[in-house]
Amino acid sequence: MSTSVSEFKTRAAEKTGDLRLRQFIRTALRGYETARDRRKGAFQSWESARQAAAETKWEAVNHLDTHLESLVARLEARGTKVHWASTGEQAREIIAQILRDKKARSIIKSKAMTSEEIHLNHALEKEGFTVVESDLGEFIVQLRHEAPYHIVFPSMHLTRDEIRDLFQKELGDAPSNTPEDLTMVARRVMRQKYIAADVGFTGANFAIAETGMISITENEGNARLTAALPKTMVTLLGIEKVLPRFADLALFLPMLATAGAGQPMTCYNTMYSGPRQAGECDGPEEWHVVLLDNRRTELLADAEQRDALHCIRCGACLNVCPIFRNVGGHTYGTTYSGPVGSVITPHLRGLQEWKHLSNASSLCGACTEACPVKIDLHHHLLQNRRNASAAEPAFFERLAYQIFGILANEPKFWWLAKKLGWLTQPLHGAVKGSAIDPAKAWTKTRDLPPMPMETFKDWWRNRK
Amino acid sequence: MSERENILGRIREALQTRAPFPGSHGETVAPVSAGSPASHAREWLPSVGASIEEQFDLFARNAADLKADFQLFASREELKTGLLKLRDAEKWTRVASHGGTLTDFACQALGLPAMLTDRGYDVQEMEKCDAGISECDALIAQTGGVAVTSRSAGGRALSVLPPHHVVLARREQLVADLPAAFELLRQKYAPDYPSMISFITGPSRTGDIERILVLGAHGPKKLTIMVF
Ligand code: SF4
Repeated sequence: MSTSVSEFKTRAAEKTGDLRLRQFIRTALRGYETARDRRKGAFQSWESARQAAAETKWEAVNHLDTHLESLVARLEARGTKVHWASTGEQAREIIAQILRDKKARSIIKSKAMTSEEIHLNHALEKEGFTVVESDLGEFIVQLRHEAPYHIVFPSMHLTRDEIRDLFQKELGDAPSNTPEDLTMVARRVMRQKYIAADVGFTGANFAIAETGMISITENEGNARLTAALPKTMVTLLGIEKVLPRFADLALFLPMLATAGAGQPMTCYNTMYSGPRQAGECDGPEEWHVVLLDNRRTELLADAEQRDALHCIRCGACLNVCPIFRNVGGHTYGTTYSGPVGSVITPHLRGLQEWKHLSNASSLCGACTEACPVKIDLHHHLLQNRRNASAAEPAFFERLAYQIFGILANEPKFWWLAKKLGWLTQPLHGAVKGSAIDPAKAWTKTRDLPPMPMETFKDWWRNRK
Repeated sequence: MSERENILGRIREALQTRAPFPGSHGETVAPVSAGSPASHAREWLPSVGASIEEQFDLFARNAADLKADFQLFASREELKTGLLKLRDAEKWTRVASHGGTLTDFACQALGLPAMLTDRGYDVQEMEKCDAGISECDALIAQTGGVAVTSRSAGGRALSVLPPHHVVLARREQLVADLPAAFELLRQKYAPDYPSMISFITGPSRTGDIERILVLGAHGPKKLTIMVF
């Protein structure tokens, strides 16, 4: 068993046993669902909007080369420096080099899953830079030296008391445990960091090919400040983030807000098209945009699952997933968790090592139904299973199915197997749940219903 | 070969196999249609009434939902009274603003020291201001929010750094929905867009602690939209 799978199993067992946490997460997500349904209901047609969003993303991703060229040409025309990175390592090096050139010491960051993906903070801290996450949730998990729990709600697993204790310990400042007071502590701490920071770092939610812009969606205003105050701005952008046209945002911004957090619009949706321009009074003197591949092109090459690149990282599929709700975000051990993480991680990090995520699913399809850009998530989980077993069939699984095939193809064998099962059933009681129980994986946590003496076929034949 | 060529090369190679069009049964070409898929967004987004009264009503309801303070005045003089009320209620001593017809009028009316951003400013100074007063490009009935740009609203920081953002606008600046707002921005600026365009929908907020709403996470705790 690979380490990722055994870690997954250990953590899943531990987290599903934590009833308090499960209850806490469930309550939070129920609140989300109510708000989202209300907002979806306000749309004249959420379904048509989804279809249009899916088509727009299809157009973007299936002409990615021309859209990227257009985006880059327009960004550069206004003085933005664009860098291309095939791997996470290259992206880290490009960013570190910008910081060295600028003789920067402190970096203020707004939330960016791409930076989690390439473990940017760790790399920069090792080089002696100070990196501060400004999004409140990210700031909290950074203080705990922990990965975000959820791609949209990074600190949703923590209670106010835990956060108060954390602030008390790390910042020496926690007047009470109310969310209001705790948020104000973070606001105070962060204000001076913005003003002192040499470099502002951001991610992006969309990039507009037509006009050469990136668009950032946020509620707190931290990305706005990150892109306003420091002299240098750096943006790390996954290449799949493009949208063809400026006007497409009129559809995508409210959809992202609705699917992501049940809001009509997120508080700040901001488009940046360059560093400070002539005649403008503030903004960075220099803006660097780093385009990140990091195996996205491998996913692109899989036409069957290419639509996974349509993902706008709204988190809706996580919120509705019965697996995510019970095992929680950290159990996955990946940057992107939940259904979409289970679909794309095997492409980004290797199929055999991460195929277990595709098995950790009930295939209920709630994710596919929730997805605002209609990614066929649960079928992709099935395709990952198929691809994994075609590439490296598991010996016992194959043997078991071969035997089953023989039994099921021959009525006499089938009849014999049934009778044997019935005859040996009483013996099972003796070993049930123990190490030598052949049905251990099942009986450890569940009951095995007894086989009835009369089969359905017998009953049918004998019925009056 | 540069990384740019490498990445574009991999993309082109990957796109040699075509992917099924969403919702089709395996078709790999887009059906011929008029305009872009999103060009009909207006028909699917939350509905907005046709008359100006309905639209202002909707704007007011949405703004209230967002906990923004929306004030509609009959005249510029009334707006002035409204501003003075705010000033006295919050005991403003210093505001930040920028040059503009409405903002100049407001600064004069307030009679307070005003820090203007137009020719550059000191960030620490702005941080100490009680309010940031700006104009905007549009009010959007559908969302209850406003659109500002680095050119129309005094730069990038003015609308987020002070604890209270006051937006001044005229009635004519109301647009029905988001598609109309994007169209307005395009007509006004393309191809030379301001380096920042921001849709501000309510005061800064967070729900990162137990998903409980707190206003003023990093940006302004208060957003007042004054229209005449
Ligand atoms: S896969 Fe769909 S639902 Fe899941 S995060 Fe991406 S866009 Fe949202």
